[in-house]
Amino acid sequence: MIPFTAVSGPAAPLMEENVNTDVIVPAERYITAKRDEFGLHAFGPWRYREDGSENPDFLLNRSPWRGAPILLAGRNFGCGSSREGAVWALNGIGIRAIIAPSFGGIFASNCFQNGTLPVALPAETVEAFAAIARAQPEAPFTVDLGRKVVMPPNGAPVPFEVDELRRQSLLTGLDDIGMTVRRLPEIAAFQAADRLARPWVHDITDGDIP
Amino acid sequence: MDGYAGATLRIMTRTLFEKCWTPHVVADLGGGYALLHVDRSLLHDLSGARGLAELAGRGLKVLSPGLNFAVADHAVSSAPGRTAVSTEISARLVPALQQRAAEAGVRHFDVNDPEQGIVHVIGPELGLTLPGLMITCGDSHTSTHGGLGALAFGIGSTEIAHVLATQCIIQKAPHTMRVRFEGQVPPGVGPKDMILHLIGTIGTAGGDGHAVEYAGPAISMMPVEGRLTICNMSIEFGAKMGQIAPDDTTYEYLAGRRFAPKGAAWDAALAHWRTLPTGDGAGFDREIALDVSRLEPQITWGTSPEHACGITGRVPDPAAAPDASRREAWAAALDYMGLTPGMPLEGLKVDHVFIGSCTNARLSDLRAAAAVVKGRRVAAGTCAWVVPGSQAVKRAAEAEGLDALFRAAGFEWREPGCSQCVAANGERVAPGARAVSTTNRNFVGRQGPRARTHLASPAMAAAAAVTGQITDVRKLGGGT
Repeated sequence: MIPFTAVSGPAAPLMEENVNTDVIVPAERYITAKRDEFGLHAFGPWRYREDGSENPDFLLNRSPWRGAPILLAGRNFGCGSSREGAVWALNGIGIRAIIAPSFGGIFASNCFQNGTLPVALPAETVEAFAAIARAQPEAPFTVDLGRKVVMPPNGAPVPFEVDELRRQSLLTGLDDIGMTVRRLPEIAAFQAADRLARPWVHDITDGDIP
Repeated sequence: MDGYAGATLRIMTRTLFEKCWTPHVVADLGGGYALLHVDRSLLHDLSGARGLAELAGRGLKVLSPGLNFAVADHAVSSAPGRTAVSTEISARLVPALQQRAAEAGVRHFDVNDPEQGIVHVIGPELGLTLPGLMITCGDSHTSTHGGLGALAFGIGSTEIAHVLATQCIIQKAPHTMRVRFEGQVPPGVGPKDMILHLIGTIGTAGGDGHAVEYAGPAISMMPVEGRLTICNMSIEFGAKMGQIAPDDTTYEYLAGRRFAPKGAAWDAALAHWRTLPTGDGAGFDREIALDVSRLEPQITWGTSPEHACGITGRVPDPAAAPDASRREAWAAALDYMGLTPGMPLEGLKVDHVFIGSCTNARLSDLRAAAAVVKGRRVAAGTCAWVVPGSQAVKRAAEAEGLDALFRAAGFEWREPGCSQCVAANGERVAPGARAVSTTNRNFVGRQGPRARTHLASPAMAAAAAVTGQITDVRKLGGGT
């Protein structure tokens, strides 16, 4: 996993609420794309017109937000399906941090497995950032995970909260698998004890085989 | 406090959720996070195949293959006579899942296996889902399994690889919420209407960060299949996990199922399951109560499951929305759905009806639809599909003649899978067409580009099919 320490650049104000993962990457694309091709399909239903050409009205098709590393979003961003391809799609168009009032739970978990930072801040703060981004599109925001602050252009740093376990994992680039494989002996001991306490969990009998 | 009195106190003061979570903690990781044992990991052809590939790419092996089960459901065709490779999409994914599962020693139910079906339909059906189990699957509707009292939730494909490699998952303990459905639903109203009403009431993020327990008289009296429908849609209001306490209804459903414990193992399991229900002295972070005794059949008008209302309702006016962002969202939804403020939902012409999905494709759902269809025909100009949730559902329905009834009425009777719920297999609702679907998501493009989806119960979908328009099923004298 690519570590996340800090990112700087334009912040794209895509402020719709309840943006779901079917919009971020449609299911059919999820099937056909290889992992490094997801960027092509990011926000497909909004980004492309029916003839396949780019929709010039869509925010992320416009300069300077094409390729912006930071996305400003509305409440409940990434709700819906569990598809991790939604995060790969955002990464594929350069997005590394998303600032929103709240996130779909599974989407947020998937972000942390992919070196991507979901920053939850109050709706008024995100709105204020969006107003700045619209007024000064080129001006860079910085999301600094080490210091746990967002620095808007020419503004005071705004602190944010992130669970320490997730923060350390992003800073070091170690995802959950990397952390847990170190605990395989503990897991084996748990399973051995649990097999005695809850045998029906571990010893599954196939009723069709006499 | 120790011994029997201590154990009794712990049973009395803890929630179903706590009693399911705690025994699975392998390690406390601090800050509310825990490494949890996963008792059943379910894999499907989209995310499961990706998870297995991710694992292989990291050079890791499946730790406990016997606790993992795989089935092809998302990408498979639902066309009669289908095979694993009958479409380009399924040919890409289904044989790959089969091969990777075989290599990993994971039990796999192939496309035309007698047990094949939608993963959230076959888990309960086969007795793989049991009360108190921790269950994960790369699918947000994994909460379905909570209908039998399991603690089940959707995960991403890196997390699937994590479960495969370690038979564990890292999670932060959620807050707890109890939703009580008070009263008894009137005729023509069922589980789907109850859950749509809840989502419409508290909104699509109303359960964010919470594990939900559904309770109350309307739940206690509900058969297992309805409970699965309720828990299925937990994620549509932001809750990853939804559960219903196991009771005699649960145990009767599970007894004798293929992979459920038998004999002494059943007795031991049952004794444990009886300790799981929330004690009278337990508290929740949040409690909600909804009276369902006067609930109408529900229908969605927009592009989010929270856009639900009673069938006698009218399309809302964005100008009356509670805030600016919802004003914009409602206006965009009406534009997409081709509706104008104030118009009644009843009477809208319907092009397509889809009865299927992990929400509503079990035998009781097909019976409810059939009760409405009986003696009627699909309206001219309306196309209607029934996609049973599993081979077992299909066999049971055929044994009681439901297939013949649907076919004679002009429905297509198809093979089990996710089909048009997610359109991942290429089966789409046509652009611009208006569909009434028994599915769980009315998102923009979910059933195909520009498809206009109205979510409803199987009885309401059947009523739409036979009248060719959105119809109050109560006027047809049918539905449950």
